[in-house]
Amino acid sequence: MSEIIGFIFIIIGLAFDLFGCLGLIRLPDVYNRLQASTKCVTLGTCGILFGMLFIVGFTASGIKAILCALFLLLTSPVAAHALSRAAHISGVKLWEASVVDKYEEDGK
Amino acid sequence: MRTLRYIIGLISLICILLIILLYPPEASVYLGLIYVDFSKRALFILILCSALCLFRIIKGPTAPDRIVAIDIFGILIIGFCAVLSISTKRNWYIDIGIAWALQSFISTLALAKYLEGRDFDE
Repeated sequence: MSEIIGFIFIIIGLAFDLFGCLGLIRLPDVYNRLQASTKCVTLGTCGILFGMLFIVGFTASGIKAILCALFLLLTSPVAAHALSRAAHISGVKLWEASVVDKYEEDGK
Repeated sequence: MRTLRYIIGLISLICILLIILLYPPEASVYLGLIYVDFSKRALFILILCSALCLFRIIKGPTAPDRIVAIDIFGILIIGFCAVLSISTKRNWYIDIGIAWALQSFISTLALAKYLEGRDFDE
């Protein structure tokens, strides 16, 4: 039974990986692409790792998988935030149809 | 009209995913090798995703595009390691995943700092 739950978690993770990479291709802007592709991390790869935990149980590799998922959940938003801030400082323009830019307003 | 296009695209994507996952299995499933058969399909989807990331790395108009794509490529490799660790029942593949997560985080922060125009010791 726990194997079936693990397979379902892995399938959800694969679907989110595929949709995130499609967003990386289709969206028009660095910031939009960043917003789409961070879903790859928190729901995609963490889903695969939790599915692995359900399949192998609380063995050595299962606990390593949950440690890896916790580390990803802690670090990848920090990396995405630093990257968007760096892109804004280095002068990448927003897409023409973007509505608001709060970071630019606060800088002035 | 535009909403209809989006809905048709979403339904066709979900159909592609289900066709890959639910295609009639090989004879190895009946011998008890369901992990091998499942992980083949999962690796196929992950290879498709990394091909899309490679396209963005090659074509990306600015430097932050390429850095985002490289970050997501590293994240996909962690998924690779997890699926391989399930199918081959070897523990050390997930160790590679943890090491890759550390290295990917530090390299992304370093590249972001480089883009801001600061030195590494500030």
